[in-house]
Amino acid sequence: MSAAAAAMILGVVLIVLALVYFLVSTIFQLRKIVAGLDRVIEHVGGIVEKSAPVAGVVDDINANLDAGVSALEGLLVKKAGMTDAMGLIEGLYPGAAAAGLRDFPESTDVIAPRIGEVYTRGTLTLARLGREAPIAAASPRGPALRDAAYGSAASRALYPAGREPGAAELPRSPVIGAESPEQYEQREDIGQPRKRFPAKQS
Amino acid sequence: MTGVWIGAALLILVVFPIVVVLLKGVLDAAAGIVPTVDAIADTAAKGSADLDATALLLTTQQQARTTIELVAAYGGSLDVILDDAERPS
Repeated sequence: MSAAAAAMILGVVLIVLALVYFLVSTIFQLRKIVAGLDRVIEHVGGIVEKSAPVAGVVDDINANLDAGVSALEGLLVKKAGMTDAMGLIEGLYPGAAAAGLRDFPESTDVIAPRIGEVYTRGTLTLARLGREAPIAAASPRGPALRDAAYGSAASRALYPAGREPGAAELPRSPVIGAESPEQYEQREDIGQPRKRFPAKQS
Repeated sequence: MTGVWIGAALLILVVFPIVVVLLKGVLDAAAGIVPTVDAIADTAAKGSADLDATALLLTTQQQARTTIELVAAYGGSLDVILDDAERPS
């Protein structure tokens, strides 16, 4: 064998060895990738399995909450009337009256009265309920003075003109509560450790 | 004989380095995928663990039903106790 042929064979052998080394290494890396992807598929399958019933459960919860909202809105409007209902909502949640009631689109057109007007009317209703309660009959055998079925409707007759004139120009009722925009007692030491005064030297 | 020498030289000095470079590129690319796949697997495992709490949704569902039933019962009682704002005509 000549030296040239030996060099040629050496070159081929080197190439084959390189092929073997790199391809085997690549195979090992690909096997690691396959193992990793198997883990991914296993966990993704768990995610799919765990999240499968979520949509149905959430839909059911939303349906129940929707029914509750509809019932409460209907009860509020039925008992308080649209105007007073919006006044109550505006008084409890300032700005919420603008959004209106979900099942009553016309509620957005209502000018919400001040909370003082609503509660004044409610207070009068309570007073009238007490004054004209069935027990307060003219005689024990006579009929009750109070309209037992529609007592608040009777007290509402005290306001035949509806909303008091000039009510819109009156200042809004203050918003109260922990999240009110105006905190009336703004002291920096609230919530801080109590100050300790130095002990007096005797 | 000169042609054989030239062929051997080309094989060792040109073809062999090219083969090595190409195969090393493939190996480096495959090796670079492995940590990424491991990270994806870890993230999927954590995501799957986070969803263990979804079983509590069944409790929430039942409590929502119970609450709405109580609200409906309470509202029905209020509907009987309180008179309506408008007298039916």
